[in-house]
Amino acid sequence: MHEKRAFNALRIIGLIFFTLITLFPLYTIVTSSIKPLADVRSTFRWTPSRITLAPYTDIWSTIPLARYFLNSLIISLGATVISVFIAILAAYAISRYRFFGRGAFSLTVLSTQMFPGILFLLPLFVIYVNLERVVGIQLYGSYAGLIITYLTFALPFSIWMLVGYFNSIPKEMEEAAMVDGTTALGALFRVLVPVSMPGIVAVGIFAFMTAWGEVLFASVLTDDATRTLAVGLRNYATQSNVYWNQLMAAAIVVSIPVVAGFLALQRYLVQGIAAGGVKG
Amino acid sequence: MEETKDRRPEVEVRRGGRRSGERVSSKRRVRPQTLPYLLVLPALLFELLVHLFPMLVGVGVSFLELTQFYVRNWSAAPFVGLRNYLDGLDPSGPIGSALAQSFLITVAYTVLVVGGSWVLGICAALLVNSEFRARRWFRTLFLIPYALPVYVAVIAWSFMLQRNTGAINTLLVDNLHLLHERPFWLIGNNAFWSVVMTSLWRSWPFAFLMVLAGLQTIPTELYEAASIDGASRWRQFRTITLPLLRPVNLVLLLVLFLWTFNEFNAPYVLFGQAPPGAADLLSLHIYVNSFVDWNFGLGASMSVLLLLFLLVVSVIYIRVLRVGGEENA
Repeated sequence: MHEKRAFNALRIIGLIFFTLITLFPLYTIVTSSIKPLADVRSTFRWTPSRITLAPYTDIWSTIPLARYFLNSLIISLGATVISVFIAILAAYAISRYRFFGRGAFSLTVLSTQMFPGILFLLPLFVIYVNLERVVGIQLYGSYAGLIITYLTFALPFSIWMLVGYFNSIPKEMEEAAMVDGTTALGALFRVLVPVSMPGIVAVGIFAFMTAWGEVLFASVLTDDATRTLAVGLRNYATQSNVYWNQLMAAAIVVSIPVVAGFLALQRYLVQGIAAGGVKG
Repeated sequence: MEETKDRRPEVEVRRGGRRSGERVSSKRRVRPQTLPYLLVLPALLFELLVHLFPMLVGVGVSFLELTQFYVRNWSAAPFVGLRNYLDGLDPSGPIGSALAQSFLITVAYTVLVVGGSWVLGICAALLVNSEFRARRWFRTLFLIPYALPVYVAVIAWSFMLQRNTGAINTLLVDNLHLLHERPFWLIGNNAFWSVVMTSLWRSWPFAFLMVLAGLQTIPTELYEAASIDGASRWRQFRTITLPLLRPVNLVLLLVLFLWTFNEFNAPYVLFGQAPPGAADLLSLHIYVNSFVDWNFGLGASMSVLLLLFLLVVSVIYIRVLRVGGEENA
């Protein structure tokens, strides 16, 4: 009993500590986004001198936020859909078949996670430019170029997690379907994929978040027309004269899609990791 | 598909029905052998195009004197053998000493961020994993920093770290009176602590998420049995939780190490293309050498050195701790 009370006290102190460190920056973002410009130009104050929603309307004309938003949406959705589809196929092969090169493939894909992005950024840029010159496919400065790049960023983690997830699902269900005359691919998409939805959704969220937040490659591979939110906001934030209240408003607007999606589906993510990744 | 279906009866007729079941099943085993290759092919092609092939090109470039004079015409860049590597590894030269300093800063930064994230993540996961009413709210709250886009988190911190208009100095100087002078956080030696704090705030929720998922795979019966036997909570943590979390922790620490050591976003968004010496992390150091000083050959050789270092550390880690070995299965 004594121990239990001590633990409860410890838990409350711990939870307060974690709540404070989490909330401090979040509170700063939210309150600054409803402050008038004078407030963010002088010494920081914890509460706005008056509440205004002007930053939320002004930011759209201060920077081309709508354009960035649309670009990020197209690129992130494209990368997510394609990478999830490709990851499902590869994970199915690794989980259900024993084929020559299986281990080598897994190792190759996982080890790409280790590469410093900086090592292949410049060569990739050159390859894209030359592909355009030789084959005529425009990759540099186009949506396709960034979609292809981002989908590979999410692939290793997606495949690794889906393999674990598929392994936890008994083969008998697909085998029953295959006895009824369904092909292997039919069994995958009609039996295994519906059952694995939590894992697939988790992988999809991860892929979308990866693409939505990427800075380094977007800064080199996009041009003015395809600039993403990450590059657009960073460029604005490092200018000398920044309207911080408008920038904080923009920060909230661009965070809503990912934070809402992530939080709505967080249980799937925890389940997905518990079922898949953790067992490795 | 149609083709095989048509052919199968013919095979069975020829075999005369004897052991026909076995023939069909071995026939099936042959066909799927091409299928798995087709299934992994798209993933493999994209990885080759975006990662492996450019990486090989990058290794090639590291042997060239690819400076701004040759950017337009790569084939004219002179081959210099190992000179880029020797420059990078020579601690008495200006390039080598800057790289060595950047390496040491990155090591310190990685130790602090990975260690801090891991400790915070385990503590928070243990706090949230026990039964109480508001636990879902806390879990949601703690995951928000990880759910935010990286650049949003870093931009928010760069606003908070402003000397005159930032929240940090108001808190430390005006509210808590811990300091008398308003320090600069984004220039000088404090920049190191700024980038550590920013990264830590963003990465501990990932450790929290992984450990929480790991905790949920531990059967509660184990704890019930242990508390019936009179084991204290601390003892339960040491003898049940930690050993059963081992597989999660091993993977988590490796992933955190790789991500943190390669971290580019936090210093780039905080400081731009001219980071203060104290916060000159390796990825940004290489970026500045390649894209600001236009010395791609040197930048590529530094990247290769970074890759080799990560490879050696990872292989040693996996061998010594047997990550993914039979004992975890």
